[in-house]
Amino acid sequence: MIVKRTALTWWERLYIPAVLNGFRVTLRHFFRRKVTMQYPEEKWVVPPGYRGAPYLVKDQDGRTKCVSCQLCEFICPPKAIRIVPPGPEVDPATANVEKRPREFEIDMLRCIFCGFCQEVCPEEAIFLMEDYSLTGGSRSEMVYDLPRLLALGGTHHDPIMKWQQKAREAGLQGVKP
Amino acid sequence: MQWIDNLTVMQQFALFSALKIIGVFSILMFIVAYAVIIERRVSAFIQDRHGPNRVGPLGLLQPLADAVKSFLKEDYTPGHVRKVFFWLAPAIVMIPSIMTVAVIPFGSTLGDQPMVIADLNVGILYVFGIVSLGVYGIVLAGYAANSKYPLLGGIRSSAQMISYEVAMGLSVIPVFLLVGSLNLSQVIGYQAHSWVDWLIFKQPLAFLIFVVASFAETNRLPFDLPESEQELVGGFNTEYGSMKFALFFMGEYANLTVSSAILVTLFLGGWTLPVFGLDQPAQHWLGGLAHIGIFLAKMIAVIVVIIWVRWMWPRFRYDQLMRLGWTRVIPVALANIVLTAWILWLRA
Repeated sequence: MIVKRTALTWWERLYIPAVLNGFRVTLRHFFRRKVTMQYPEEKWVVPPGYRGAPYLVKDQDGRTKCVSCQLCEFICPPKAIRIVPPGPEVDPATANVEKRPREFEIDMLRCIFCGFCQEVCPEEAIFLMEDYSLTGGSRSEMVYDLPRLLALGGTHHDPIMKWQQKAREAGLQGVKP
Repeated sequence: MQWIDNLTVMQQFALFSALKIIGVFSILMFIVAYAVIIERRVSAFIQDRHGPNRVGPLGLLQPLADAVKSFLKEDYTPGHVRKVFFWLAPAIVMIPSIMTVAVIPFGSTLGDQPMVIADLNVGILYVFGIVSLGVYGIVLAGYAANSKYPLLGGIRSSAQMISYEVAMGLSVIPVFLLVGSLNLSQVIGYQAHSWVDWLIFKQPLAFLIFVVASFAETNRLPFDLPESEQELVGGFNTEYGSMKFALFFMGEYANLTVSSAILVTLFLGGWTLPVFGLDQPAQHWLGGLAHIGIFLAKMIAVIVVIIWVRWMWPRFRYDQLMRLGWTRVIPVALANIVLTAWILWLRA
């Protein structure tokens, strides 16, 4: 684009029109509504699909959905997730249906919020939620453990109703699910 | 208050001068601190932001937080600087701006005391003499820092201040031709009696030139080439930190305050208002306080306008600055002197 440089008139070269215009523009902005967000009081509404902190969810019956398959631990690029599977130890409440992680830790200082864990999870047990402002007073405080992750994650509706199916099958065989 | 009357004249003079110095200094520092927050809030509002509004109600305690921060920062001296000059420069920037206040009449009388620290007969010459010293601090800072950006800032500053000092000096000559005295109290007395006596209306051209020159002298925005953050990192104060940097900052705002005070004294009638009998020196202490209030109000209005201008205009290029100074402002100032003198000669 070629910008034509027009010669300024004598009046314009006195800077006076520029001064007056400047006062007008700045005065108009002075009284305009401010765009700053007063952060801790007002918070940003995150868009759908936002990748915030990953938390674990429970199903509608309050069961941990995670089955301790460790896929997320393997996929996690910065190795932020650490899972201790239950091993041979048997949980009498759930033993016949699913495993459950004994420990599940996400180091939020390592997490890069890539969403691979959510994508890889076969049970839809881990989701990247809307939290973007994670704070803590120490490094160890930023390692979120299982109860904390579950508490932050809340519940997530499970359309498959795996547990009802398993309960019915168990009932037919006369064992506890 | 019997003991005051028992003092000799000399002792009384020393006592009242000391009191006035303390009072003026603390008010100056207060205004400097609050000019900074006015600057930040005004800039924010013009840019559709809120600015600092967290410390205290409406952010009014922000200067306190800034001061605490500056004091607590590590006072670092880089290894490559010339130490003596590096330490001297902030003080040399700060001192002249404080010294200038001495001759400015900031009120009529309070009791029997005239509200001016030193009522010099050559007031304005003293002001120009002292203000010129301010450039040494900036040049010295640029030299002492021993690195390229501060040096460039220092060089620009010296060229700019020397050029515009000429214009500033020439611009006020018509004022003194009209008033017939260099004493600032008499300049105010000349303007006291009606609005049209204000020298802004009698000498609009001198006023304009003085304003332009004082922007350049205080390194304010259309002419802030010594600092010019975008091109010179921070200009002459790039290598400074903590309280030494804060001194430069305070020096800049003290300069701003003082030049507004001079502007008010020379062109806007000083502490007088031609209404309600406020044009006469006060008889009662209440009137004296009213005069001080009028002076402060006028001064703060000027400060706000100067700050406002900073957020309105882009910076002049260096060659534009020099051309404006030498080929426009100075000839106009000279012509104004000749014209004023000619009119006065015709009238006489």
